[in-house]
Amino acid sequence: MSIRVQGLTSQRVNQIAPSGIRRFFDLLASIEGIISLGIGEPDFATPWHIREAAIYSLEKGYTMYTSNLGMPELRQELSRYLKDNYELDYDPDSELLITVGVSEGLDLTMRAILNPGDEVIMPDPCYVSYSACVILAGGTPIMVPTNQESNFEISAADIEARVTNKTKAILIGYPANPTGAVMSKEKLAQIAEVAQRHQLLVISDEIYAKLVYGVEHTCFATLPEIKESTILLGGFSKAYAMTGWRIGYAAANKEVIASMNKIHQYTMLCASIMAQVAAIEALKSGESSSAEMVEEYNRRRLTIVQGLNDIGLSCFESRGAFYAFPSIKGTGMTSEEFAEKLLIEEKVAVVPGTAFGECGEGHVRCCYATSLADIEEALSRMGRFVKKHKKV
Amino acid sequence: MIKEILKILENDARTTAKQISTMTGTPSDEVAKIIKQAEKDRTILKYKTIINWEKVGDEQVWALIEVKVAPQRDVGFDSIAERIYRFPQARSVYLLSGTYDLLVLVAGKTMHEVADFVSQKLAPIEGVQGTVTHFMLKRYKEDGEILEGREEIRRQPVIL
Repeated sequence: MSIRVQGLTSQRVNQIAPSGIRRFFDLLASIEGIISLGIGEPDFATPWHIREAAIYSLEKGYTMYTSNLGMPELRQELSRYLKDNYELDYDPDSELLITVGVSEGLDLTMRAILNPGDEVIMPDPCYVSYSACVILAGGTPIMVPTNQESNFEISAADIEARVTNKTKAILIGYPANPTGAVMSKEKLAQIAEVAQRHQLLVISDEIYAKLVYGVEHTCFATLPEIKESTILLGGFSKAYAMTGWRIGYAAANKEVIASMNKIHQYTMLCASIMAQVAAIEALKSGESSSAEMVEEYNRRRLTIVQGLNDIGLSCFESRGAFYAFPSIKGTGMTSEEFAEKLLIEEKVAVVPGTAFGECGEGHVRCCYATSLADIEEALSRMGRFVKKHKKV
Repeated sequence: MIKEILKILENDARTTAKQISTMTGTPSDEVAKIIKQAEKDRTILKYKTIINWEKVGDEQVWALIEVKVAPQRDVGFDSIAERIYRFPQARSVYLLSGTYDLLVLVAGKTMHEVADFVSQKLAPIEGVQGTVTHFMLKRYKEDGEILEGREEIRRQPVIL
């Protein structure tokens, strides 16, 4: 008799509900010739000088394991980068860990800090893997609703109201996926104060740090007296168009890094050496190519935000990442209905806001990391769609 | 603001004043005014396209010509350069540092036509001491655009 596999998978994994938008993805795969505003990655290939550095490293035989923490040269460059950009001092030998993207950094963090039942407070909507990583590590995600009226910023008071004796950490990610929200220094400082009052760790996912428009990005660790208890997660994917390389980093207190490295060495061993070499080149001389990308994104951002508002999908002016997060409430449809119908009727792909949490209902995520011509065509199709379905 | 507008137009000359207005947050009539002025004072010289003529089987012959000249009192290289650039066959003319002085890009229908221009018009100009002609064999990249084999960006249709 064969063994029944059903029911033998981990209860903890089963706890994570299958994505509600699976059906949407299946539908998407069946339709040809769509314009996609659903892609959360740059539409530029990695700048050539970075690719060339990786190719050269292969030619030179850089094909081995590296130190668990990452290549010393990369950690040194990263340390210098954090010093130059934020005036932050991180010891390359004990306070930095090179990870396989921020995704791994997030997973390691949660597994390194959480005990069963520990709570982690985070904004809703937020990036899809935040709550999943907490659950997989045995913790409980506690969601703080955010909305368009407050530009999808999370309020310190709302966080504090949810602190219990089980709360271990606050998890934020600004500039934000899916909303494009950026938090001001003052508002982040209020969150830092809450963390200090209640002795909480703060995990700050700053993968979009370089993608801000007309505002300054505040690195959370630069706030007064908060560096030691902040776990800063960053990477190269968005600013240097390196998504497929899977390379990122964590910067934190050495005890936290040592704990994270313990898991990392047994599960990942090290990030791929080729990606590490590419990251060194990105840090050494990637600034100018990254600045050009930001200029180009800004033009697209202004075009899409204006365009969405013009067709009647009210949209706050997001100042970061490459997302606009318009309200579709005027159509009377749910986010999923809207995304599905838009895909079928006009062949434009957007992501239902509910993919990112309950508070994403009534919104869709539109990524503007795509050509201006496609953005304008998508806007015109969406305009036609909204007109047709508008509730009188 | 003008630099931002020019950058957008340099990348795509067909971008309308209204589109530029949205991209820069400058009122549309203001953008139109700036562009008009730039056209008038010849900041914007011309709107043109980059074409791969080989696609339609119409191949022009191009040559890069190094020109060594004797500079003249008071006007330096300028007057000789002018005598060269007045010919419509000379498509671009640059003064360079190094082993020769002027670089002239010449286009013609045939190799013969280009050679005739060099030997009969360019070389005999007073002050021109010598020329070296390089015929162009293949164009790989033009004004930042790769002509053949440009890479496609392959992305998944939706990524969260």
